[in-house]
Amino acid sequence: MSVVTPQTPDAGRRPEFEREPLDAAGIGEIERPLPLIERIVHDDTVQRVGMLLALVLVWELYARWLDNALLFPTFTETMGVFGGDIASGVLPDRILTSLKSLAIGYAAGVALAGVFTTMAVASAIGTRLLSTLTAMFNPLPAIALLPLALIWFGLGIPSLVFVIVHSVLWAVALNTLSGFRSVPETLRMSGRNLGLKGARYVGLILIPAAFPSILAGLKIGWAFAWRTLVAAELVFGVSSRSGGLGWYIFEARAELETARVFAGLFAVIVIGLVIEAVIFRAIEARTVTLWGMQR
Amino acid sequence: MRLLEVEGVTLQYKTPRHLVTAAYKVDFAVDQSERYVILGPSGCGKSTLLKAVGGFMRPVEGTIRIRGTEVSEPGPDRMMVFQEFEQLMPWKTVLGNVLFPMRATGKFPRAAARDRAEAAIETVRLTKFRDAYPHMLSGGMKMRVAIARAMVLEPDILLMDEPFAALDALTRRAMQQELLSLWRQLRFTVLFVTHSIEEAMLIGSRILVLTPHPGRVRAELDADGFDFDTMDRTEFGAMSKRIHRLLFEPVTDPVAPTAMAGTLRQ
Repeated sequence: MSVVTPQTPDAGRRPEFEREPLDAAGIGEIERPLPLIERIVHDDTVQRVGMLLALVLVWELYARWLDNALLFPTFTETMGVFGGDIASGVLPDRILTSLKSLAIGYAAGVALAGVFTTMAVASAIGTRLLSTLTAMFNPLPAIALLPLALIWFGLGIPSLVFVIVHSVLWAVALNTLSGFRSVPETLRMSGRNLGLKGARYVGLILIPAAFPSILAGLKIGWAFAWRTLVAAELVFGVSSRSGGLGWYIFEARAELETARVFAGLFAVIVIGLVIEAVIFRAIEARTVTLWGMQR
Repeated sequence: MRLLEVEGVTLQYKTPRHLVTAAYKVDFAVDQSERYVILGPSGCGKSTLLKAVGGFMRPVEGTIRIRGTEVSEPGPDRMMVFQEFEQLMPWKTVLGNVLFPMRATGKFPRAAARDRAEAAIETVRLTKFRDAYPHMLSGGMKMRVAIARAMVLEPDILLMDEPFAALDALTRRAMQQELLSLWRQLRFTVLFVTHSIEEAMLIGSRILVLTPHPGRVRAELDADGFDFDTMDRTEFGAMSKRIHRLLFEPVTDPVAPTAMAGTLRQ
């Protein structure tokens, strides 16, 4: 129960005041770094590596429990074969062969995508052409074109490049075009305000503004290209003397060396991870993340 | 010669379903170093008018001339400052954004461009944030970058499309003061679009009042002498009331002064 104070006319109004703000020096730096342990635990790389180690542990335990090297070799056994083949130079040679076709096909695919999207931006007919072609060919598995490629180009790198171009082109073109379309009107106008036109407008405004989508397209294109390549090599390493990674896996299967099959798959995965985690991450960190376009 | 002459300009744009007339036979002229404000409710075509002066759309009738030359396309002699923050290039730092127009147009040699950019950033008090990217800045700071970027090119006229509308009230007040103090230093010509009576009176030396649907000229007023120091005077209130009446009271006399409105009603 509160004590009822005598009511004066001013009782409802509380007094005003003005004062100097408190001295905030007592709290130290306004912005201070987090403790080291907290930074390590929340570090992205640390978390990723931790996740990988956990997966490796599951693999090893399962393989030991199964105890059947023909079906599922252990991690240590796979690593033994992997290390041996790296040392003997077989695996690096296979990897290089694969990466060479990949680089040629990827570069050609991206360049073609650039041509198509530039046409699509420049004219309505170009847009129609690109969207029709994309609708037709994007769902078509690149590997389904391999027989045709073999008829046209024979065995060897040209056929591989052909299917890789097919797998890269549509993904990159589609993403780039949708990126161009989503550039804010204000940004477009502030570019045109300076009198920018044509290639300069595309290069100085549209491409950087659409970069998050373009990069996403490049990543999808890379993944498509890599899986298409390995699959294609499985098919026709048979008669090509210097095969790539796919051929390495195929050979190992034919000889029932399951650990070697695993080592080949391991190489495919590691290369995928490295390109994704090192190359694309570095590009992202220097571009879209730095620019605040993507978290 | 007037700096900017707009004569009998009618503006129309297409939406998927309609042909919209945004402005109808609008005339006005802006002199050197004037702070010319276009004021009106939404739908009076004020932003469309500004876009037409910027060269982003062509009038269906009438002419727009800058120093006697008819406007046909966008150009760096009429730098625009937009309301949206995304007018800055997210992939460039503050310095990069201010440098970009000079680099892109080649109006100034490289070394001079850098000095000018630094000076412009200094003028809008962002030297500390020179190397920051736009996403790290507050709305008011982004707007200051946009203004610095536009002014550094020394355009004939600065076109501002409700530049402070997206800011909070306190920041907006600070920016208005800042724009005026910049004007006192540099005496640039500015065409400023707003829907706030108070902002029009504070910023403008002349105010063009438009009525909506379609935008037509209702009045042109002299607002020189109204600023932050005179806000509490009775004249300020009286002027504000007058503009309010011009904007919101229906035209009582059906014959005059806008015969146009009369014909439309039939």
